Amino acid sequence: MTISAPTTATETAEAAHPKRDEAIAFLVMTILFAAAPIVVYPFFMMQALCFALFACAFNLLIGYVGLLSFGHAMFLGAAGYLSAHAAKVWGLPPELSILFGVLGSTVLGVVTGALAIRRQGIYFAMITLALSQMIYFFCVEAPFTHGEDGIQGVPQGTFFALLPLSNPWVLYYIVLAIFLLGFFIIYRAVNSPFGEILKAIRENEPRAISLGYRVDHYKLAAFVLSAALCGLAGGTKAIVAQNASLTDVHYSMSGEVVLMTLLGGMGTIYGPVVGAVLLVAMQNYLAQYGQWVTVIQGAIFVICVLLFRRGIVGEIAHRLRLSL
Amino acid sequence: MISTQALFGQLLLGLINGAFYALLSLGLAVIFGLLNIVNFAHGALYMMGAFCAYFLLNLAGLNYWWALILTPLIMGAFGALIERLLLKRIAGLDHLYGLLLTFGLALVIQGLFQNYFGSSGLPYAIPSELAGGRNLGFMFLPNYRAWVIAFSLLVCLATWFMIEKTKLGAYLRAATENPALVRAFGINVPRMVTLTYGFGVALAALAGVLAAPINQVRPLMGADFIIVVFAVVVIGGMGSIMGSIVTGFLLGVIEGLTKVFYPEASNTVVFVIMAIVLLIKPAGLFGRAP
Repeated sequence: MTISAPTTATETAEAAHPKRDEAIAFLVMTILFAAAPIVVYPFFMMQALCFALFACAFNLLIGYVGLLSFGHAMFLGAAGYLSAHAAKVWGLPPELSILFGVLGSTVLGVVTGALAIRRQGIYFAMITLALSQMIYFFCVEAPFTHGEDGIQGVPQGTFFALLPLSNPWVLYYIVLAIFLLGFFIIYRAVNSPFGEILKAIRENEPRAISLGYRVDHYKLAAFVLSAALCGLAGGTKAIVAQNASLTDVHYSMSGEVVLMTLLGGMGTIYGPVVGAVLLVAMQNYLAQYGQWVTVIQGAIFVICVLLFRRGIVGEIAHRLRLSL
Repeated sequence: MISTQALFGQLLLGLINGAFYALLSLGLAVIFGLLNIVNFAHGALYMMGAFCAYFLLNLAGLNYWWALILTPLIMGAFGALIERLLLKRIAGLDHLYGLLLTFGLALVIQGLFQNYFGSSGLPYAIPSELAGGRNLGFMFLPNYRAWVIAFSLLVCLATWFMIEKTKLGAYLRAATENPALVRAFGINVPRMVTLTYGFGVALAALAGVLAAPINQVRPLMGADFIIVVFAVVVIGGMGSIMGSIVTGFLLGVIEGLTKVFYPEASNTVVFVIMAIVLLIKPAGLFGRAP
C-alpha cells in the first residue's frame, strides 16, 4: 500500500556513474546558491532555502519510504512558533532558539508518527492531515502564539555570539550552511544501510517484514528524522522572517510541500530543491494576482499527476540516465 | 449550571453537523470502495452544491425545492465528467495519486470561486414552507433544522438500502471486491465506476444544498470541513456503509456536547477521538482489519 516513486532503483542502476553525477550536481547547487544573492534578492533566496530544506525532509518520507504525509506543516509551523518564542520571550541566542524548535518538532514527530504509522496508505495521509489540523487549532487558541497576529518582531541576535544576523550577508550564508547541513544529513540517511531498508519497505513492505525487519521502527525513525529536519527549516525560517504565523501551520502549507516535491520529482535528491525554488518564485511573482496562485497550484498538481509523475528532476535524470 | 435550552440547542446543531458528516463520509466511502480514490475534492464539490442552489435561485428563479432535485443531478453529471476526463487516466496507479489529483482539483475549484465571490458568505433564505419553528417545552426547534436532520437520515438510509439490499447494490459490492470478475459476467464496470463517482458527488452536493440556508454560501465552506470528515472516516473505517452513517451522526453529537461542556476543545475533539481510536482499534470502529 505504499507509493512507488517513478524514479526507483532501476533508473539508479542505469546511471553509469551515480556518485560522480551526484557530486557534480551538489557542486553546481552549492555554487548557484552561494552566488545567488549577488543577482537575486537575498530575503527571497533565504525563504527558498528554508522551503527547500522543508521539501527535502518531506521527500525523505514520500520518496524513500513511500509514506505520503499530508500534515508536515505542523512541524514547520510548530518549530517556527517555538523558535520565535524562545528568541523573543526568553531571549535565547538564535542557534539555541532554532535548536529548541527542532527539539519541539522532534517530540511532535515521535507522538504523531507513532499514531500515524498504525495505518497504511491512504489512511496515513488522512491521519497526518487530521493531526496537523489539531495542531493548527491549538495554535489558533494557545495564548503564546498570539492567534491571528502571530509572533512578530523576533530578534535575530548574534549567531554563536560572534556573527551578527542583522547583517544580511552573514544571515544568508548561515541559512545556506544550515540548509546544506540538513541536505547532507538526508543524503547520508538515504545512501546508508538504513536508507536501503527504507527503500525496501517502499517497494514491498510485507517482504521487508518477512525478512525480519521491524518495519514500524524504521518508519517511525524516518518520520521523526523528517519531522526534526522540518523543524530545522521552520526554526530557521522564523529567525529569517522575524515572525511566526498561522500560515505555516495551516494545511495548505502541507499541500504546498507536497506540490514542491511532486513538481521537482519525488524520490530524487535534488527534485525537492528545484520544486521549492520554483514554487517560492511563482508565489513571489504572482502575489498580486490573489487567488489565481491557488488555481495555478491546483492546475500544476493535476498536470503533474496526469502527465508528469517523475517531476522535473526525475524526468531529466530519466532522459539523460543520470542519478540526481 | 448549563441550561437545558443551551444543551439541547447545541445537541441539535451537533446533529445537523452529524448529518453533513454522514452524507459526506458516505459519499467518500462509496467512491473509495469502487475507485480506490480518497476524494479530496469532496469539500469543494459540497461547496459547489451550495453555489448551484444559489445560482438556481438567483439566475433561474428556481426555489429551494427545485434546487434539492436539480443540484444533485447537475453536480452528479459534473462528477461523472471529472471521472471520465481525469480520474479514469490514473486508474490502476497508486492510491496516493488519486488523493493528489483531487487535492489539485479542490484547489482549482476553490481558488476560482474565491476569485469571483471573495471569501464572505452569500445569503440563502430558508424556504418559506420551513420558516419558523415550534416550542417543544424544553427547547425551541426551528423547522428547517428538523427537516435537515430527518431528510439526511432518510437519504442515508435509502443509500444503505440501495447498496446492501438491491441487485444494483450487489453488483456494486461485487465490483468493489473484484472488478475484473464482475466485468467477465458482462456488467459494464467502467460505466458503473463513472456513475458511482457521480453518485458520491451528488450526495456531497445535496449536503451543500441542505447547508446553504444554515451556513451561508461561501467558497471555503467545504475546505476545513472535509478534514473533519476525513477524521470521521478514519474513526469509522471506510469498509462499512452503516458505519459511516452512525459514526457521522455520533461525532456530530459529541462535537455539539463538547461545545456545551468544554467549548475550547470543540474544534479539536474529533481529532482527539481519532487519536484514541487509532490507539485502541487501529482499523477503525467499523473497519475490517487491513
